[in-house]
Amino acid sequence: MSTASHTTTDHDHDHDHDHGPARGLSRWLLTTNHKDIGTLYLLFSLLMFFIGGAMALVIRAELFQPGLQIVDPYFFNQMTTLHALVMIFGAVMPAFVGLANWLLPMMVGAPDMALPRMNNWSFWIMPFAFTLLLSTLFMPGGGPAGGWTLYPPLVLQTGSAFPFVILAIHMMGASSIMGAINIIATILNLRAPGMTLMKMPLFVWTWLITAFLLIAVMPVLAGTVTMLLTDKFFGTSFFNAAGGGDPVMFQHIFWFFGHPEVYIMILPAFGVISQIIPTFARKPLFGYASMVYATASIAFLSFIVWAHHMFTVGMPLAGELFFMYATMLIAVPTGVKVFNWVSTMWRGAMTFETPMLFAIAFVILFTIGGFSGLMLAIAPADFQYQDTYFVVAHFHYVLVPGAVFSIMAAAYYWLPKWTGHMYNEKLGKLHFWLSVIGVNVLFFPQHFLGLAGMPRRIPDYALQFTEFNMVSTVGAFLFGFSQLFFLYNVIQTIRGGAKATDQVWEGAEGLEWTLSSPPPYHTFTTAPEIK
Amino acid sequence: MATSRIAHRGGIALGAALSLAWSVGAHADLTLNMPQGVTAISHDVYHLHMLIFWICVVIGVVVFGVMFWSIYHHRKSRGAVPAQFHESTLVEVLWTIVPMMILIGMAVPATGTLVRMYDARDAELTIKVTGYQWRWQYDYLDDGVKFFSTLSTPQAQIRNLAPKGEHYLLEVDHPLVLPVGKKVRILTTAADVIHSWWVPELGWKKDAIPGFINEVWTQIEKPGIYRGQCAELCGRDHGFMPIVVKALPEAEFRQWLEQMKKDSTSQTAQNDSRAPIVPGGQTL
Repeated sequence: MSTASHTTTDHDHDHDHDHGPARGLSRWLLTTNHKDIGTLYLLFSLLMFFIGGAMALVIRAELFQPGLQIVDPYFFNQMTTLHALVMIFGAVMPAFVGLANWLLPMMVGAPDMALPRMNNWSFWIMPFAFTLLLSTLFMPGGGPAGGWTLYPPLVLQTGSAFPFVILAIHMMGASSIMGAINIIATILNLRAPGMTLMKMPLFVWTWLITAFLLIAVMPVLAGTVTMLLTDKFFGTSFFNAAGGGDPVMFQHIFWFFGHPEVYIMILPAFGVISQIIPTFARKPLFGYASMVYATASIAFLSFIVWAHHMFTVGMPLAGELFFMYATMLIAVPTGVKVFNWVSTMWRGAMTFETPMLFAIAFVILFTIGGFSGLMLAIAPADFQYQDTYFVVAHFHYVLVPGAVFSIMAAAYYWLPKWTGHMYNEKLGKLHFWLSVIGVNVLFFPQHFLGLAGMPRRIPDYALQFTEFNMVSTVGAFLFGFSQLFFLYNVIQTIRGGAKATDQVWEGAEGLEWTLSSPPPYHTFTTAPEIK
Repeated sequence: MATSRIAHRGGIALGAALSLAWSVGAHADLTLNMPQGVTAISHDVYHLHMLIFWICVVIGVVVFGVMFWSIYHHRKSRGAVPAQFHESTLVEVLWTIVPMMILIGMAVPATGTLVRMYDARDAELTIKVTGYQWRWQYDYLDDGVKFFSTLSTPQAQIRNLAPKGEHYLLEVDHPLVLPVGKKVRILTTAADVIHSWWVPELGWKKDAIPGFINEVWTQIEKPGIYRGQCAELCGRDHGFMPIVVKALPEAEFRQWLEQMKKDSTSQTAQNDSRAPIVPGGQTL
């Protein structure tokens, strides 16, 4: 909720030619500029989105009809495993880090990220990590096929790929931890004078909290995959029952990371939506303070609900009850957020440009994912839902029309600021409508499949599941190929287009909109004045 | 003007999606919902599922209703002038407390069902279920009867070289046979990786974990054949290790068990863990 006075940006122009970007490849390899690194993260994420998406289409193509048509079951399992790893660690998380890099310094009135060299490093680890991960597909025994959750003992049956997968995960983790440290250091130390914590835009708040989640849980993931590594190669028995270990302990440790990870992928999305809705409703965000508290509550609760991913492993009754109640509690702060967004729209003066369309679709479809989440929280009912397509439908609703739609909304919303050009609105709306129809045709029938008894992660299925699988596959190809409109639109906007104004959107408020479009290479070298 | 055109297009899109859903839903034998099942517990679970579902529907209709009303009326193209209110402690407190109440209303029946599911006392029969890559083994602990249960769908059907049968991928050589009306205790475990034993009509699944023994129970109300699958990814043929439960009236079950006992004592010599020890089981 920052209300910035108009800052003087002229001081930047004097030195622009001195401090402009280097030319050629070294600009991108050696850059310490938050805008360049943000761009790198976003483009990397887009590439991974298409690679992960292609894997999803292999899965959906195989599931178009019963019988094995296209791929071997073992390759199918590699696809489900890598699709998840690529989408989570390669597409969604780097996209949000990219947004953070571009926006946080501009939003808090800082000249750059606090630790620019580390920033360069944390990005450039990623291409190596994913080259390593994807190269496992060509190794003897193929890529990892035990699911992205890496449950032992199954994951220990992975072939030569195993240590490479573990190393790739370590690299992604290191990158995330450095990114998180940088974000916290920037937000806590580089705010312009007068930018108190409770004046920060909500996107800054949600990223601050997300960064703490990352620092808390990424080392846990690193620890547990290292234990897998020593179990496989150094004769330890952390998770091997025959050696006195415990395969369920892996699940506890993994989900202690895994559940906060879910919120790492959704809290920044909440932040994006909280920036966009007020702009297009032309009305301040309703309940700013309660939004901050709700985000913090969700982050806290995320640490004490992990075992709802494992209701069927055979926990004692008291454990089941605790995790059921704690999980249900998450509905309260999440509900507060949704109510606040609706109240922000209430009695506003709305227009429906592409970012707003994606934001509204986010609120509705994320809430549907929230409803199925509430159903999944009910432990006795979860005994039916667990590991079925109902779960697949649930988490794709919160991750695709949830997290991914918020990233799309953010891209359309800030692209004019970043490039100085307006994107093609007609094409943006076409992309939106095809995506929103595609995503629902893709994932809604999966609720029915799960309830009717179709387990997840199977390459072939009984005949009664045929129709909905066909519908789902049609939706998948519609959704997948619609994203090419997005790619085309982004490329065209980078290359040229109508000149964007500084404020871009009539109702936009915040420091980043006081800068020119595109902003100069270095901004806020002198701190802006905050009212 | 632009916005009303979008709304119009959106309306068409929504209509198309709904009519698609309708035409698909109208198709004869499609299952849309969880089965009610054949045990008291599965009925409880079904009703709990429907209760939460309808609560979510009502909340959804109210919240999305308000939102769409606002989207229609509070748009700039209709000349709306934005209000500037942005805070109300009262409503924030209200929409924290009311959902809490609703959640408590959900938690009470859920807790009751869960407690009943965990009460495996006084079972009259105990069966150990062991998951293997990729088949199940059933061990009637009190009677010394033990056999493997393996997918019986021919490879030709899976490879699309033969027409697929009615129970494609949900058929086995030797089903698990259970008595109707008796409380049966089921112990799940695994020999290699984690599996999960799931028959939707019984109302639950339970993971089968190497080194662990999990306890569950069921009491089937009516005779019949109930089909399920392994629900935890267990490797290449995870999709090919179905579960078939044949529920028989008590007397027929006893008869079957006696026959099995006789057969297994005469055949202990060829008790090879790889081959099913039960002869002549017909395919179900």
